[in-house]
Amino acid sequence: MLASLRTDLEIARRGYLRYAAYPAATAAGAFTNIIFGLMRGSVLLALFAERERIGAYDAAATIAYVWLTQGLLNVVALWGWQELALRVRTGDIATDLIRPIHPMRTALATDYGRAAYQLIFRGIPPVAVGVLAFHAVLPADPLVWLAFVASLGLAVAVSFGFRLLYNLAAFWTTDTRGTMILALVVMSVFSGFVIPIQFFPPWLAAIANATPFPAMVQTPVDIFVGVTRGPAILVALAGQLGWAAGMLLKSYWVFALGTRRLVVQGG
Amino acid sequence: MDEVRNLLALYRRLIEARLRAQLQYRTSFALEISGTVLISFIDFVAILVIFANVQQLAQWTLPEVALLYAISGLAFAFTDLAIGHLDDFPGLIRDGNFDLLLIRPRGTLFQLLTADFQVRRLGKVLGALAVLAYALANLSIDWDLGRVAMLVVIVPVGVVIFASIWVTTICIAFWSVGAREASNAFTYGGQFLSQFPINVYDQWLRRFLAYIFPIAFVAYFPALFILGKPDPIGLPDWLRFASPLVAVAAAIVASAVWRFGVRHYQSAGG
Repeated sequence: MLASLRTDLEIARRGYLRYAAYPAATAAGAFTNIIFGLMRGSVLLALFAERERIGAYDAAATIAYVWLTQGLLNVVALWGWQELALRVRTGDIATDLIRPIHPMRTALATDYGRAAYQLIFRGIPPVAVGVLAFHAVLPADPLVWLAFVASLGLAVAVSFGFRLLYNLAAFWTTDTRGTMILALVVMSVFSGFVIPIQFFPPWLAAIANATPFPAMVQTPVDIFVGVTRGPAILVALAGQLGWAAGMLLKSYWVFALGTRRLVVQGG
Repeated sequence: MDEVRNLLALYRRLIEARLRAQLQYRTSFALEISGTVLISFIDFVAILVIFANVQQLAQWTLPEVALLYAISGLAFAFTDLAIGHLDDFPGLIRDGNFDLLLIRPRGTLFQLLTADFQVRRLGKVLGALAVLAYALANLSIDWDLGRVAMLVVIVPVGVVIFASIWVTTICIAFWSVGAREASNAFTYGGQFLSQFPINVYDQWLRRFLAYIFPIAFVAYFPALFILGKPDPIGLPDWLRFASPLVAVAAAIVASAVWRFGVRHYQSAGG
C-alpha cells in the first residue's frame, strides 16, 4: 500500500517537473491570466452598479470569484488536454498497456502533479493581484481553507475524468479535435467559469447543476468566496466526491471497452 | 505593381493548397467548424446572462452591446482566419526553423502569413454574423449612407488593427520563449476587451488597453457613430472617424517592430 502510494507520488512529481521546464512561458501565461482578470472584473463589477446582489453574490464575492477563477483556469485544465488521445492515435498507448501500472492511474497521478504546479505558479499570481490591487477578500477561517483545498482536489479529479472521456473517443474516431472543442465549450459555460452559475436564469442554472461541470470550478469557488458555508460545505464536498467517483468509474469502463477494440498496426 | 500582383498570385496558390488539404477529412472538418461556431458564442452567452440580470450595463443595452460584439467578432474572426497561426511562430524560433524562411526569396512575414490558413476559423465568422443579425434586428438605427459605409469599412479596419497588434506582440518571440502566452493577452485579450463598452473599464485600464493598444477603435468608437449615441465618457466626436488612420499607424508600427526583430534575430545555430 505504502509502496504503491510512493509510486503515485513519484509519477506526480514527474508531472510537476514537466511543467516546471518552461518558467518564462509560465510567467507570461500568468500575465495573460491577470490581464483577463482585469477585464472580466471590470465587466462583472459594472453589474453591481445596477443592483446590490445577484443570487448570493455581492460585489465583494464577485471580485474574489473573478481572481480565483483566473487562477484556477489552468489548474482544472479548462482549455483542454489531449495527451491520451494523441497516444491512442500514434499507437503509443500499446506501450502504456504493457506497463505494470494502469495507464489511467499514471495519467491521474501525472495530472495531480501538473495541477500542483499550475496552482502554485498560475494560481497564486492572479489571486495575489486580486487581493493587493482590488481588495479581494480571502477566507479567514482555516476550516474554510481546508474545505477549499479538499474541494479543489476533487475538482481536479472530476475534470480529469471528463477530459479522459473525450480523449477516449480516440479509440473510436481518428480525429478527436472536434469532440474536444465541443467538450470545451460545454465545460467552460456550465462549470461556472465564464460567469457564476448563480447569475444564470433559473432554468439554465438547473441544467448546469444537473451536470458534473459545476463540481470542476463553481463548487470550490463558492466555498472560497463564502457563498457556500457551514454544513452546506459538507453537502457540496459529498456531491463532488460522487461526481469524481462517477466520472472516474465511467472513464475506467470506457477505457476497458476501448482497449478491447484497439488494433495497433505494425511493431 | 508587378511585385504586388506576383505576391497576390502566390498567396492565392498557397492558400488553395491549404484548403485542399483541410477538406480531405470531411466529418472532422464539419465537427471542427461547428465547434468553432459554438466557441464564438461562449462570450455572447455571458453577455446574455448579464442582461438577464440587468437592463443596462454601463448605460448600454443588450442590442447595443451585441453590435459591439458582432463588429469585434467579425474583425477578429477574419484576422484569426488569415494570421491566427502566427501563434506558432515562437515555436519556429525556438526550433531554429526560422532560418529556413530567411534564405527564401520572399519576405519573412509574407512567408509566415501564408504558412497556414485554418478554414475551420470561418466558424467564428458565422457566429459573429448571427449576432450581427440579432443586433440589427433589435436596434432602431437611423440608416444613412455614412452609417452603412462605417459598418462596411470598419470590419477590414478592425482586421488591420488586430493583425498589427498580433504581429507586434508576437515579436516578443525574438527575445523570450514566453511570447505566445504574452501575446495572447493582447490578441485574444483585445478581442475580449472590444466586446464590451470601454466605459466599463477603469481609466488607467482604458489608457493602456484601449488607446496604447488601440482596441477601442475596433468597435467602440465606430459603434457610437452607427448608434448615434453620445459617448458616456464624453470623448470628442472626431474619434469616431479616426479608426482608419489608427489602423494605418498600427500597421506602420507593426512592420517596423517586425523588421527590428528580424534584424536582431540570432539563429539557434546548427
